[in-house]
Amino acid sequence: MTQVEKIRQEFPELGERVYGKPLVYLDNAATSQRPLSVIRKWTEMSEKYNANLHRAVHRIADLATAEYESTRDAVRDFLNAGSREEIIFTSGATASINLVAFSFGEAFVHAGDEIVVGEAEHHSDIVPWQMLCERKGAVLKVLPVDERGRLCIERLPELLTERTKLLCVAHISNVLGIVSPVKEIVNICHSRNCAVLVDGAQGIVHEGVDVRDLGCDFYAFSGHKLYAAPGTGVLYGRRELLDQMPPYMGGGEMIGTVRWSGTTYAPLPQKFEAGTQNIAGTPTLRPAIEMAEAMRDPAVLENMEAIKSFMLNRLRSDKRIRLFGDPTDDKDKIPLFSFSVEHLHHEDLALILDKMGVAVRSGQMCAEPLMDRFGVTGMLRVSFAPYNTLQEAEYLMDSLERAIKMLEG
Amino acid sequence: MKTLQEAQSEVIEDFSMYDEWLDKYEYLIDLGHRLPPFPEELKTEDRLIKGCQSRVWLDTTLEDGNLVFRADSDAIITKGIISLLVGVYSGRPAAEIAADDFSFVDRLGLRENLSPTRAGGLASMIATIRETARKYV
Repeated sequence: MTQVEKIRQEFPELGERVYGKPLVYLDNAATSQRPLSVIRKWTEMSEKYNANLHRAVHRIADLATAEYESTRDAVRDFLNAGSREEIIFTSGATASINLVAFSFGEAFVHAGDEIVVGEAEHHSDIVPWQMLCERKGAVLKVLPVDERGRLCIERLPELLTERTKLLCVAHISNVLGIVSPVKEIVNICHSRNCAVLVDGAQGIVHEGVDVRDLGCDFYAFSGHKLYAAPGTGVLYGRRELLDQMPPYMGGGEMIGTVRWSGTTYAPLPQKFEAGTQNIAGTPTLRPAIEMAEAMRDPAVLENMEAIKSFMLNRLRSDKRIRLFGDPTDDKDKIPLFSFSVEHLHHEDLALILDKMGVAVRSGQMCAEPLMDRFGVTGMLRVSFAPYNTLQEAEYLMDSLERAIKMLEG
Repeated sequence: MKTLQEAQSEVIEDFSMYDEWLDKYEYLIDLGHRLPPFPEELKTEDRLIKGCQSRVWLDTTLEDGNLVFRADSDAIITKGIISLLVGVYSGRPAAEIAADDFSFVDRLGLRENLSPTRAGGLASMIATIRETARKYV
């Protein structure tokens, strides 16, 4: 049994059948499947450790708190963050980004200031900034991508002014599958006193992330794309900034003391964790991280590379297909492919592939401005995880060929 | 001309001939291809059916007391679905269409084999045809 086959057995959903056919799950960029270790931890949190965190003195509350807080340590190690206080648990990347948009905005953004966002961002890394700019009278600017989907970072120096407070960019675009040169971006921005937020929703899955090496000020990601329970997420923030930012929401464990005359706030990280936390879900990040690390096995990475080159060869050599996100260096691409097929609608292709057992995504992928950039109403996206096989990639491409024939009639 | 019930039964019968969903889709694709060309100038915002993932246009005219529907979509399966509805309802009096309960669509089993977003699109198509008919009654 190969390493990949062994890993597949850990993911029950991958053994499911749809319409009588084996499921070929290629929508991993939307959400990944969950391994047994995550499912068990999730259940265990309800069966054995269900109590609210931090506040009670009883045994179960202690155990629950220990599970939750040790997960924070695991995330700190996974990201190589400087301290556990820099790890804030949220409900997902969207919540993490909204937290920064509010709290960083309150502390640092004033009328006339500027925020820069990448052109290939997910709506979750666009709309919170539009809302912030609206609220503060700030200006939103866009760092464009070129025809191949590469971020035009040579344009960055001219975009940044002394009013630019923050630049927000995806580590890896959820549409283009291209790795952004985050370190280079951070260096340019920091030399101009501009902070950097990285939307790591895709990046955390495909790249080993070292936030201190990247140098970014914020790194946001969701648990559910990294094999953990849904409704879990992380915001890494540099302590120096987090300390200066006011809380996002009030109530629960985020307080120091509450008086009618005024309230003081808890220290980091509780300051940003108002209300009852996802006590069953967040601890699943620990087994999820262990799985992510196990998947960095050379045999698994080799399998991913084989899938990537097979897919790139097939998509690039097909005259009917337009691939969005086609870098000159394949090293910059992850096995995520958005494309269109000449004369055919992405929705039709996705519907037929579904009936063949292949789960893919069609539509705007929560990135309408990028669809406009490329002049399309939507795309078809296939996104691979380390548990996918080359045989599945081959089945996808055979099925696509059949679907095209059916639709052309 | 067939009665509304006859037209509906015929579609249900045609559709039930195929066991496999892929074959049912093939049937819809064929229906889509056979829909008469839709004039470009009619592809206006007010003819767009809201709530569909792909764009669907529906044009209505009154001819000899009957409602005549013409439709188009940029996705062929959706075009097949609207074609099926147009085939059943076009050329009938507004009152007859408005009085129908559209339950024949459930008997096709189409709804449960579309994803929720697309079933929403189907519901929007039905709602638009029904509301249009009511306006003419």
